[in-house]
Amino acid sequence: MCLAIPGKIVEIDARNAQQATVDVVGVRRKVDLGLLAEESIRPGDWVLIHVGFAMSKISEAEAADQMHTLMILGESAAALEEVEGYGLENEYPPSEYPARSNRGVIS
Amino acid sequence: MKYVDEFRAPELISKAGEEIRRLADPKRHYRIMEVCGGHTHAIYRFGLKDLLPENVELIHGPGCPVCVLPMGRIDDGLSLTAEPEFIFAAFGDMMRVPGTHGSPLEYKARGMDVRIVYSPADALKLARLNPQKHVVFFAIGFETTAPSTALTIIRAKAEGLRNFSVFCNHVTIIPAIRAILDSPDMRLDGFVGPGHVSTVIGCRPYEWIAKDQGKPVVVSGFEPLDILQSIVMLLRQLRDGQAIVENQYKRVVPWEGNPAALRAMAEVFELRPYFEWRGLGFISQSALKIRAAYAEWDSEQRFTVPGVRVTDPKAAQCGEVLKGVLKPSQCKLFGRECTPEQPVGALMVSSEGSCAAHYNYSQHRPVTIAAAASL
Repeated sequence: MCLAIPGKIVEIDARNAQQATVDVVGVRRKVDLGLLAEESIRPGDWVLIHVGFAMSKISEAEAADQMHTLMILGESAAALEEVEGYGLENEYPPSEYPARSNRGVIS
Repeated sequence: MKYVDEFRAPELISKAGEEIRRLADPKRHYRIMEVCGGHTHAIYRFGLKDLLPENVELIHGPGCPVCVLPMGRIDDGLSLTAEPEFIFAAFGDMMRVPGTHGSPLEYKARGMDVRIVYSPADALKLARLNPQKHVVFFAIGFETTAPSTALTIIRAKAEGLRNFSVFCNHVTIIPAIRAILDSPDMRLDGFVGPGHVSTVIGCRPYEWIAKDQGKPVVVSGFEPLDILQSIVMLLRQLRDGQAIVENQYKRVVPWEGNPAALRAMAEVFELRPYFEWRGLGFISQSALKIRAAYAEWDSEQRFTVPGVRVTDPKAAQCGEVLKGVLKPSQCKLFGRECTPEQPVGALMVSSEGSCAAHYNYSQHRPVTIAAAASL
C-alpha cells in the first residue's frame, strides 16, 4: 500500500480521459488518472500507481528502478496481486476476465 | 526492461557503509528515525543494521497505517457488518488485523459480507454492481492513499451513487512526527523522511522539523543504497551542525508534491480535532474526516457506530515499540503469544510493522546486504 507500482500507459479510455489502461509486466488493468490532472499523460508514458490511481509520471528508467526495488523487497508478487485485483477482477470467474497479454516474470 | 540483477552497485553500498563509519563521531550516539513502514521493512530485509556502526541506531517510526489504527476503529467499522444489507470492503492489509471480536477475515468466515478490494475505486464499483446493498469502504493510510479515497468520494457524488460510503481512518504524517518529538522519553537526532508520502505532500511540510526543532530530515528512496545515502546525508548535516530538509529521492519526489492530489484531499477532507493513534494516544489535528458537503458518503455521519475505545491487551507493549522506546524483541509477548500467524498487536500483522519485520528477518535473514557488500 505504501510502495508504488510502476506501469506503462497503454491506452487512454476514449469515453473517459481520466481512465487509462496500464500494463504492469504484462498484466493490463484500468487505472484512474484523476490525480495527475497537471500532467498530460499519453500512451507510452510511465506512471507510479497507488491503490488503482496513477500518482506520478516517471521515466522508463525510474519505472525499471521501482520494479527492481519491489523485487528486492520481496514485494513484486504482492504488487502483481494488487494490480491483478484492480477492477474486482479476482472476484469473478476467470472466464469473465478481459484478455491479458503474456505475463512477464518479475521474481 | 530487465528487472532482476540483485543488488545494484554493491561497491557503492560498501562505500556508503564506510562513509557512515567515517562520519559517525565515536563519542556520539546517533538515533535516527525512519518514519515510513516501507523503510522499516527494507532495513530489516537487507540487514542494513549490520552495515552501521553501533553508535548509529535506527528507530522505527509510526509510518505503518495498519499498525497505528486503534482496535476500537476496527470494531466500529465492523459493527456495520451486522446488518445483512452491508458490504464491508477493505484493503487486504486490514483483513487479519484483530478487532475485539475477530478480524475482518473472521467476520467473513462467520458469514458477514466482507470483501478485499485493491482500490477505493473498486469499492465504488462494488456499490454499482450491488445496488440493493450498501458498500462501506474502510479507508486507511497516510497521504499516499488519502487522495485516492478523496477522488473516489468525488466520483461517487458526481454519479449520485448513494449506496456507498467511506469509514475514514486516514491519518497525516506530520502531526505524528510532532507528537514523537514532543514525547519526553524520545531523543532523536534526525529523520529518514517517507518516500511515497512525499510524492503527494512534497518536502516543504518537513521544514519546521529542521527550522524549529533543529533536526535534519532526508526524504529517502527504498533501495539499500538510497537508505544508506540518506543516513550519510543526515550524518553530514549533524557533523556540520546543520539542519535542513534534503531530498535524496529526487527521481520520484517533487519538492512541491502532487498539486492535483492535494486539491482532491482539500476538497473532500478536513482535519479532525483529534484522533487516537495506537501507542501514541490522542494527537490533535492528526487525521482526516469527510467534510459536510460529502456527509452522504461518510459512514460515520450517515450511520451510528458505537464509538468504541478498546485498550490494547495489557501485556502487549505495542505503544512503546511504536514510539521506538522498546525494541520489538523487548516486548513480553514477542515471538511467543504474538507471532505473524497469531498476531496480538497490529505491529505483527503488517509486513511494514516493525514486529513482523523483526520476527521475519532477524533470526534467518534471507537477503543480507552486508554479505553482498563485503564481496
